[in-house]
Amino acid sequence: MDTYYNPKDLLKFGEMGEGAPELWKKFSEWYGAVFKAGALSEREKALIALAVAHAVQCPYCIDAFTETSLEKGADLEQMTEAVHVASAIRGGASLVHGVQMKNVNEKLTM
Amino acid sequence: MAIQARHKSMKAFGENLALANEQLKIINHEGDFPQFDDKFELIGEGPLKATEIETFQINLGKMCNQVCKHCHVDAGPDRKEIMTKETMQDCLDVLKSHDIPIVDLTGGAPELNPDFKWFVDEVKKLNGHVIVRSNLTILETNGFEDYAEFMANHKVEIVSSLPYYKKSFTDKQRGDGVFDKSITAMKKLNALGYGKDNAELKFHLVYNPVGAFLPPSQTELEQDYKRELKDNFDIQFNNLYTITNLPISRFLDYLVQSGNYDAYMQKLVDSFNPVAASNVMCRSMISIGWDGQLFDCDFNQMLEMNMDHGAPSHIRDFNISLIKNRRIVTGQHCYGCTAGAGSSCGGATV
Repeated sequence: MDTYYNPKDLLKFGEMGEGAPELWKKFSEWYGAVFKAGALSEREKALIALAVAHAVQCPYCIDAFTETSLEKGADLEQMTEAVHVASAIRGGASLVHGVQMKNVNEKLTM
Repeated sequence: MAIQARHKSMKAFGENLALANEQLKIINHEGDFPQFDDKFELIGEGPLKATEIETFQINLGKMCNQVCKHCHVDAGPDRKEIMTKETMQDCLDVLKSHDIPIVDLTGGAPELNPDFKWFVDEVKKLNGHVIVRSNLTILETNGFEDYAEFMANHKVEIVSSLPYYKKSFTDKQRGDGVFDKSITAMKKLNALGYGKDNAELKFHLVYNPVGAFLPPSQTELEQDYKRELKDNFDIQFNNLYTITNLPISRFLDYLVQSGNYDAYMQKLVDSFNPVAASNVMCRSMISIGWDGQLFDCDFNQMLEMNMDHGAPSHIRDFNISLIKNRRIVTGQHCYGCTAGAGSSCGGATV
């Protein structure tokens, strides 16, 4: 079945270097450095990436960082909590804009 | 994909993948992935060969009180293959006349062999260092309550699987109730002095992934295990060994059933690490089957791939000069030991 997002397309990610090899090289080096252990562990970074993947709803990133989180020693409980963090921020981000709604309401109504 | 808990072996149900040749048809299927031998030769050491014999790993039988979903032995309560005292004596005869420092006992649950205690006693008389791969729950099983103390008295090193420091993953892989029973057994071992500062009573745990992914960093995960087991259960152990699941037996069955086989094999191939390949455990060990047959490792044993290339195939024909530098028999499953940080019975190799 044809789908807009094909899981196998993730393997073609490197082909993005064909149009702009220098930019791809810089991105790859930076990306690799970002996920190395630093002040945060590799597992913490993988869980953050998993949460962000859900927030931006990137299916490739969800596939990749679920597997990476498992390979960094996380379990379903930790990954589910990470997704809840993303969900809470997304939900909260909508709700907090209610303040804007209230401001406009205040201005327009008697 | 979640798969059903097992209560009997694949062999008991007459399943196709209980047969070694059926497994080999899948994993050695030509053209799927680059040949392991070709990949190994690229590192410039020629064909894979043994360098020494440090470990004499003996499978005392395939009977086990557990039926783990990933078991590469397809062990279970229904398996009747048990090493006889005569074959044990053949092993002792070899150990008496050769300087092989480590005797590593595995199974199934090695404790279920009726001559287990006699054999450990005899090996210790030869001043050999004995490792027992105990599944922990056997130590809490009726009739085996004194085995932990027996092993402590004989200064046996214990290596036990605990696929995670939480109940969920552990019971999912090893069966309901295994985590709680393992905790009780570990407390018993700690009370005997295992896993603490006593250099003679070493107790190690083994992590292996509960699914189609590679293990985490051994060093980092060991810190997590130590912290969580100490904080939550007041349990101590010496080292954590991370082990990669090889695509054979029940784990192969899981990979095929869940549609993960191709991606998992590709991951193993892509993660080939020349340093790990150089350090594979088969270079310094031999594996003896329950019936005395000789193999380069426990995985080859389960795939019925005997020692070859001029090396003997049975313990009664043991000949050190034909074994110590033998060429090792390989297959596509060997990628499991060379992926990432490497994998061996002693954990990561890099």
